[in-house]
Amino acid sequence: MANNGDNNAYWAANKRIIGISLVIWFVVSFGFGILLRPVLSGIAIGGTDLGFWFAQQGSILVFLVLIFVYAAKMNKLDKEHGVDE
Amino acid sequence: MDQFTLNLLVVGATFALYIGIAIWARAGSTSEFYAAGRGVHPVLNGMATGADWMSAASFISMAGIIAFGGYDTSAYLMGWTGGYVLLAMLLAPYLRKFGKFTVPEFIGDRFYSQTARTVAVICLIIASVTYVIGQMTGVGVAFSRFLEVSNSTGLFIGAAIVFMYAVLGGMKGITYTQVAQYVVLIIAYTIPAVFISLQLTGNPIPGLGLFSDSVATGQPILQDLEGLLSDLGFKSYLAQSDTTLNMFLFTVSLMIGTAGLPHVIVRFFTVPTVKDARSSAGWALVFIALLYLTAPAVGAMARLNLINTFYPNGTSEAALSLAEIEAGVDAQGNDVNWVNNWAKTGLLSFDDKNGDGAITYANGDANELTVNRDIMVLANPEIAQLPGWVIALVAAGGLAAALSTAAGLLMAIASAVSHDLIKSQINPNISEKGELMAARVAMAVAIAVATWLGLNPPGFAAQTVALAFGLAAASIFPAILMGIFSKRINNKGAVAGMLAGLITTIVYIFLHKGWFFVASTASFSDADPLLLSIKSTSFGAVGALINFIVAYLVSNATEEVPADVQELVESIRIPRGAGSAIDH
Repeated sequence: MANNGDNNAYWAANKRIIGISLVIWFVVSFGFGILLRPVLSGIAIGGTDLGFWFAQQGSILVFLVLIFVYAAKMNKLDKEHGVDE
Repeated sequence: MDQFTLNLLVVGATFALYIGIAIWARAGSTSEFYAAGRGVHPVLNGMATGADWMSAASFISMAGIIAFGGYDTSAYLMGWTGGYVLLAMLLAPYLRKFGKFTVPEFIGDRFYSQTARTVAVICLIIASVTYVIGQMTGVGVAFSRFLEVSNSTGLFIGAAIVFMYAVLGGMKGITYTQVAQYVVLIIAYTIPAVFISLQLTGNPIPGLGLFSDSVATGQPILQDLEGLLSDLGFKSYLAQSDTTLNMFLFTVSLMIGTAGLPHVIVRFFTVPTVKDARSSAGWALVFIALLYLTAPAVGAMARLNLINTFYPNGTSEAALSLAEIEAGVDAQGNDVNWVNNWAKTGLLSFDDKNGDGAITYANGDANELTVNRDIMVLANPEIAQLPGWVIALVAAGGLAAALSTAAGLLMAIASAVSHDLIKSQINPNISEKGELMAARVAMAVAIAVATWLGLNPPGFAAQTVALAFGLAAASIFPAILMGIFSKRINNKGAVAGMLAGLITTIVYIFLHKGWFFVASTASFSDADPLLLSIKSTSFGAVGALINFIVAYLVSNATEEVPADVQELVESIRIPRGAGSAIDH
């Protein structure tokens, strides 16, 4: 059984990974898809602009990658801290 | 073989499959009934989650909403998928480690409060019951259009099927049936889309076809569509017409509402380990994305096909004439029988107001065609003149989507009643056998109530979906999140926060939609809302923020969380030991 100090380090590392993932999650959907769409309007893609693509497809593709990368990183972290099953 | 026989064969075959699974997957214990014995493989759980999540609204309505709403409706696409990122990282793994059966149980234990548990049960029941009405009406519509039985007969058949596998098998029966239903619904959704994408763009992948050039004009199809819409005076497909603030908050509300819907969360209680809970959320999104990446293509292409049907020679030439609709074929020899077929259902109507013998489709007073947006998926194969078996498949797919979601919701309601009310508050000494019987009875009652509501849908049925997402976003999601990520939020803070989020959200919705959805009592409208440009459907995000602030302030002003509860929080953050929770 891991001690308390190690559990705290594990939790801090988990929160750091979540933080980075959620920044990317926010940027591709709320950022590129909504708030920054006017900024990206110059970049044409398939009859429309990059912001439209992110809002309708790009964000979903990035969400998929994010979850699997998170799961892989956490599996590694679980092992490093000896809290895996 | 005529279309009716074909529909009957395909739908009958899928129903036989579901019943076979029901008999195979009977539940023998409460663990099997509530959590499928926690033995479901993460990929299969992902598939079941996909079917659980993708309702009649996703299958039948979403592409139509996109077809008529364009860019603004991207909020649905991002919101209903982005919630899974939150589930995978912020909720699912820790709730699986907690290792109990229901969402109210977690809230009750973490905030050491029966009041908190009861508030969570109330939110769960309101959210799930409102949601289930839509599924039951969807079942009725699909039956009456494709199988030529009355709406109510269709509803009874659907309810009988759900009864068989949900009451017999509980979560175990539901899970394995949902896997089969996912396969049926995704095939039914993508096959017509592939055909249509090939016809229009030559690209077999609809998601790529959406951004490709048209075979007919050589231009990108989105530009073709934009041009036609502008000719007919409709609003732009590509430009934003909603305010940025409202679109932002609507997307937030749908995302955290998705993550907070109890029938989705409990799916992650069924996998063996914490590791599986994380990857299962990823697999769920893979299976959901297969439909959600296709939906915007279906929407845009169906709108394009609709306009081309009514203006076979372009918008500057004559529109489709009444004589052509009557004959079921236009001057170019295209089959337009679908117009009459769907006019019979009332989902499409036309009226030659100016008496020129043709049907004008345009924005404004000159318009003579009314199209229900649900047609965009249901009639899509007919509009694109696809073979009969594809039409039969769409019928089976719509039914699979509605039945699988209904079963998941009924499961959430039944376990809240038997586990969170009867076992926890009314009769704590109930035996496992007694609880299992109570769960089965609760399930049967829930199905009866849902069927009755499906037969007599309240006039406000469509609007209550906003209520379901608003409640999940404003009360359940923040409570679970704070329960895991903060050791400082105590019982008083959690209850005050949940009630504050819940009440402000309900009041805001009622102010705009009318008290208890009686339209005449509304003080504001979504066109001109109370706060800035925030529509009532987008208020869940604000309600969640209020919940967080109130919970934080009240907790800081009152006592610390007891040591044993702090230990509980420590333990759910660490994956090791989740397997042993199987036999708790």
